[in-house]
Amino acid sequence: MAKIPEIELMDKGTTACPGCGAAHAMRYMLKALGKKTTINIPACCWAVIPGVYPSRNLGIPLLYHAFETTGASSSGIRAALDAKGVDPREVTVVGFAGDGGTADIGIQALSGCLERNTDTIQVMYDNEAYMNTGIQRSGETPYGAWTTTTPVGSEKEWKKNPKKNMMEIAKAHGIPYAATVSIGHPESMIEKIKKAKDIPGPKFIHIYAPCPTGWRSDPSDTIELCRLAVDSCTFPLYEIEDGDYNIYKKPKDKKPVKDYLKRQGRFRHLPEEEVEKIQENVDREWELLLKKEEISSEE
Amino acid sequence: MSETRIVSGNFAAAYGAKLSRVEVVAAYPITPQTEVVEKIAELVADGEMDAEYIKVESEHSAMAACIAASNTGARAYTASSAHGLALMHEMLMWAAGARLPVVMTNINRAMGPPWSVWADHHDTLAQKGTGQMQFFCENNQEVLDSVIMAFKICEDEEIMLPAMVVEDAFILSHTKEPVEIYDQELVDDFLPPYDPDYKIDVDQPLGFGSLGMPDWYMDFRYKKAQAFEKTPEKIQEVNKEFKEVFGRDPGGLIEEYKTDGVDVLIVTMGSISSTSKDVIDELRDEGHNVGLARLRTFRPFPVEQFREITKGVNVVGVLDRNYTFGHGGDAAREIKDALYGHRDLILKDYIVGLGGRDLTPKILKKVMLDAISLQDKGLDKEIEWVDLRADRKKWRG
Repeated sequence: MAKIPEIELMDKGTTACPGCGAAHAMRYMLKALGKKTTINIPACCWAVIPGVYPSRNLGIPLLYHAFETTGASSSGIRAALDAKGVDPREVTVVGFAGDGGTADIGIQALSGCLERNTDTIQVMYDNEAYMNTGIQRSGETPYGAWTTTTPVGSEKEWKKNPKKNMMEIAKAHGIPYAATVSIGHPESMIEKIKKAKDIPGPKFIHIYAPCPTGWRSDPSDTIELCRLAVDSCTFPLYEIEDGDYNIYKKPKDKKPVKDYLKRQGRFRHLPEEEVEKIQENVDREWELLLKKEEISSEE
Repeated sequence: MSETRIVSGNFAAAYGAKLSRVEVVAAYPITPQTEVVEKIAELVADGEMDAEYIKVESEHSAMAACIAASNTGARAYTASSAHGLALMHEMLMWAAGARLPVVMTNINRAMGPPWSVWADHHDTLAQKGTGQMQFFCENNQEVLDSVIMAFKICEDEEIMLPAMVVEDAFILSHTKEPVEIYDQELVDDFLPPYDPDYKIDVDQPLGFGSLGMPDWYMDFRYKKAQAFEKTPEKIQEVNKEFKEVFGRDPGGLIEEYKTDGVDVLIVTMGSISSTSKDVIDELRDEGHNVGLARLRTFRPFPVEQFREITKGVNVVGVLDRNYTFGHGGDAAREIKDALYGHRDLILKDYIVGLGGRDLTPKILKKVMLDAISLQDKGLDKEIEWVDLRADRKKWRG
């Protein structure tokens, strides 16, 4: 297991909420990548977390850009560095966007970036809704969740659509590496991001990043929720390398999804049968993932 | 050695980018711009042009990639047209807001619906508030010249703003004319490499574009406004230098054609200017005291120059190849704005040639004769649509 590097490229003084998973995500990611990294960030919580002008708490060059342009902006930075003769193994270009900025409004630019084989790491830090604008549902909001635009109400209008599977969408571009990582498992998160850094071509990293404000969870529960998400197989930790699946954290005792859901106010309204439905879906997805891994190892 | 080739406006734009030694090109195809991106692809593929070419998946991404590249210290270029330009709108603002000298070519094309691929200026003029300088070209040589000049103006440390060099769809974009392709060394002397003080650099980690609270934002805007207000002078300065180096005058802010002591001044933009100049000659031969001002930069708008050029003028006839859903066309409106409180004259706005409707010398002559007639009869109407299907007899008969 990789040790957590001592280098700190994220200073104190973030404007993040207490228990913010996205803040941990950046901190660990920069520990993995080091100083020779550029980060480009669209409109999202991380457009505010480093501080407002003239303050900034990150020790790496940082470009903010429009909401839907993460993949295109990374491409522009990489092309300029290429033009200047800066090797991609020497300087890592990272596009760092939230789930809305990656999976919804930014999916076109992400797809272009991956399809063009741009040597960058595209990161989705996933807090499962538009948190910066006030908890509106995104394509990454899971089935059953309350958000301000799926407000439940008397008509039971919680989110009725499943979470978009960005790992499969990224994989479909034929990229060399994609991984899910969690701030609840920082050692393996750092290991996987270091691995991505050394692989030429486009890489996709899906970081699980709880948001106590939007999930209606206790800020001190953030890491616990991360672990429950992995242990219940709601958010499995796996990588896809050259098309081959490898689940790198398999829970010894698979916990019920209910244990994960009940710690979050955003699922409070769900009747028992809906919880069962979610459990069935998690089980099915988990079995499918195991099969994908099995097929990968057979080849 | 400089050489003269017979090339389209689109090829002229591509050669302008090549001679400017652009380092990053990001572009998406749209009719009638496609030849620009095809030619650049060919030049890169043949090793004639040393640039990173990002084949983006949309115009929005094209400008986003150019912005990021420019912010990383590379000279960046793109090209688009009409709906592509409209899709870029947000990023055109971003480029100006971030003070980045990205240069683009836009092929002026009408906005749909109905779908049209033909010339008018609505697309470009709809971007007038984005902070881009706008150079309207009359011919293919000017397209090439203006791309080189635009980089020089935009990258000036007092300016640091983006620009668009625009040419009319098909009339320039697909029409071949002799164009002098300059010697690279001559251009290199004129346009040094882009080397900004602040850029994305891991050895000097800076942040770009962070949140500006109300206590800061307005002052940033003021600094941008100050830079923009320096552009008229800078354009004229670079125009002069260009003329000295290359022996050719692209026209500065306004190109004056036989305007000394005229009673009637015709204002044009873009490719109709050359046809109009012939008509002006004809009218002058017939004894009319008429001249032409070609508005080359719509942004910055040459306010002072219009005040100067209209001294002693009785009638201004503006040929607006656009209708932008205000009160008439954009050029007439801005000229009125410039002249308010300074000149007492008749100004009539002619809406012409939308969606590529042909503007023949005959039609242009009728328009100009109408403007001339206002001296005696006074202003009949503020805005007149020329050569509508319903009154073709009036304009073509």
